[in-house]
Amino acid sequence: MEASRDDFVIAIRSAFIQRGNKQRFSLIFLIILSIVFLILGRFNLSAINYIKISINELVYRSSFIVSVPENYIKKTYINIQDHFTYYDEYLKLKKENIELKTTVENTNFITSENERLKKIIDDYIIVSDEIIAKVLIDKQSPFLRSMIINKGSKNNIKLGMAVLDGEFLVGKVVEVNFTTSRVLLLSDLNSKIPVTIEPEGYQSILSGTGKNNGIIQYSKEEIFLKEGSSVFTSGSGALFKSGIPIGKITNKIKVDYFSDFSQLKFVKVIEFKKEDD
Amino acid sequence: MSKLGKGKILNKLLELGPILILYMAVLNEFDFNYLNLAYFSFNFPFILIFYWSLKKPENLGYGLIFFAGLINDVVIGFPLGISSFAYLFMCGFAAYLRNITLRPSTLKDWLFFLFAILVVNSLTYIILILFFKFKIYYLDIAVNIVFTFFLYIIFANLFEIYQRLIRGSEKND
Repeated sequence: MEASRDDFVIAIRSAFIQRGNKQRFSLIFLIILSIVFLILGRFNLSAINYIKISINELVYRSSFIVSVPENYIKKTYINIQDHFTYYDEYLKLKKENIELKTTVENTNFITSENERLKKIIDDYIIVSDEIIAKVLIDKQSPFLRSMIINKGSKNNIKLGMAVLDGEFLVGKVVEVNFTTSRVLLLSDLNSKIPVTIEPEGYQSILSGTGKNNGIIQYSKEEIFLKEGSSVFTSGSGALFKSGIPIGKITNKIKVDYFSDFSQLKFVKVIEFKKEDD
Repeated sequence: MSKLGKGKILNKLLELGPILILYMAVLNEFDFNYLNLAYFSFNFPFILIFYWSLKKPENLGYGLIFFAGLINDVVIGFPLGISSFAYLFMCGFAAYLRNITLRPSTLKDWLFFLFAILVVNSLTYIILILFFKFKIYYLDIAVNIVFTFFLYIIFANLFEIYQRLIRGSEKND
């Protein structure tokens, strides 16, 4: 018992009082010094404040250099965190992409629904049975651009019926006989068709020139037509249904027809009329 | 000759490592605040001082530890001398353990470290509360002690590797 207490005392003495290997100060001396600092600090001695200020100066000046490794670690950590954030963002974007795809699908659905509804609206104008007619005479004078077809009142041809080459409008019936009819071509000087120019959406009148092209006329204001814009019937006047392709803008107001009027052999004659008619 | 000189310089630098790390720790406050972990804190100087005072006291001068304590007080805003007091007590506990230990064991060191930090923290905060009227959040201190205790074993292993590095450098000389 006595021996173990002696061991304890020896160990304590060795640890606190004796100066260790390569140590300039003993522990007890420095602990007492710390206590002295604490006591002096307790009574706000100016000497302690000076020491504090000096250490502060030293700390603030050296902290920049000393903080380099920690800042590096911090930066690395933030970089790693950023990478994880990128991954999270990637997942978020992936999710958004799926949502957008769904939106696109919905848009497609709405578009097709819109088209269907437009068709329903178009039912307001009933398309009569197509009458296929053969071109008998292709009158190509500078003053009259018309042609004679082999169908007349006998075949239910009426005045104002639209004449199409495939899907393209070529003119309208202006004269009906019993077995023949005269078709005024779009290229005729007297031909005036209400049109829509897409994608600009301008409304205007397409007028024939007596040549192989037409011109855009009577636009409300100065319009700048892009080359390549498409010209469709606008449906105004309830003569033709809207959206029948006619031609393309080539030079400012000049329109090139889709159909080559000099090469017509067969045409379709169609009537558009209101449902209640 | 040139090789020998380089080796000596490297060895000297490695020997200075613990004290440099201690000064970096007190000057910079290894707080790991950027981890944004609630309550997370630990006393790295305690771990470093205890380990090196126990295993290789010649690498960590008491005078330098005392001065590191003063710097820590200034950085944290504690009364001057309190950290030095705590650090030197940690040195005392380590020295005592070294004196009484015949067969060193990491587990025993670890448990003794817990005892040391409990005593030193108690002493420190008693002084702060009684003489300097400091307001203390006991939960923060408790969490700090727990983390310091658990992280000791990790840092002890890292320091062990570092010691091997020093020994390897010495052998090469």
